[in-house]
Amino acid sequence: MADKKKKNLPPDAQNYQKFQQQREVKRPLLKNCLKAFFIGGLICLIGQVITTFYIYFFHFTEQTAGNPTTATLIFITMLLTGFGIYDRFGQFAGAGTAVPVTGFGNAVIASAIEYRTEGFILGVGSNMLKLAGPVIVYGVFSAFVVALIKTILIKWGGL
Amino acid sequence: MIFFWAFVVGGLICVIGQIMFDVFKLTPAHTLSILVISGAVLDGIGLYEPLIDFAGAGATVPITSFGNSLVHGAMQEAEQHGIIGVVTGMFEVTSSGISAAIIFGVIGAILFKPKG
Repeated sequence: MADKKKKNLPPDAQNYQKFQQQREVKRPLLKNCLKAFFIGGLICLIGQVITTFYIYFFHFTEQTAGNPTTATLIFITMLLTGFGIYDRFGQFAGAGTAVPVTGFGNAVIASAIEYRTEGFILGVGSNMLKLAGPVIVYGVFSAFVVALIKTILIKWGGL
Repeated sequence: MIFFWAFVVGGLICVIGQIMFDVFKLTPAHTLSILVISGAVLDGIGLYEPLIDFAGAGATVPITSFGNSLVHGAMQEAEQHGIIGVVTGMFEVTSSGISAAIIFGVIGAILFKPKG
């Protein structure tokens, strides 16, 4: 798609694009991946500590302890987002803070706080899920398709 | 030992996300959507559950588990009510992530003032 767009440009602009591509700062892939690995791993490790805590003290099972863990992590995210710590972390860790469920929580909570100035109904209420919306929408839709196919296979395919 | 695998598997899923950011130049919203969809598909073919047994929070904390638990809720209801259950059971298991995000989002908006 990008190539098609380029063909319509005048030659000077094409040259400029080439020049700009050469000069573009390469993203340090390995360093970013290492950061993402360690911060993401650390968040999951904290999650595992919380999961173990729920299993031992509140008698959840391995399978059901995921839910309170998620809620606890999002609660911690609320505090970190509110005090402005999470964004600083996020700039450093990239996907390491975006991919765990805390990133989802941060997206919701940060937009809730940000739009508070526009009022609680039209601001917080309608903009809260702006960033997290795609995740919910395509999560639900893809889960629907997968579960539908699986159900049909089980019921009529004799899987 | 589960702590070690939680760290490694969780970290690796984040590296996949980072590669999607940097190599394929996707926006965070695209990356997270793709990860959620792949979580749903992995659960559909029965690979996500063993990963949770193996890595614990390393598999439940990344956003991929969101797709996994959506499929799980849908399948649980589908066993009882057939096709209709796929729609009605969707949020059965996942509710905690979304409700926690919304509840703490509103509390956060009440407690904290936007900066800058």
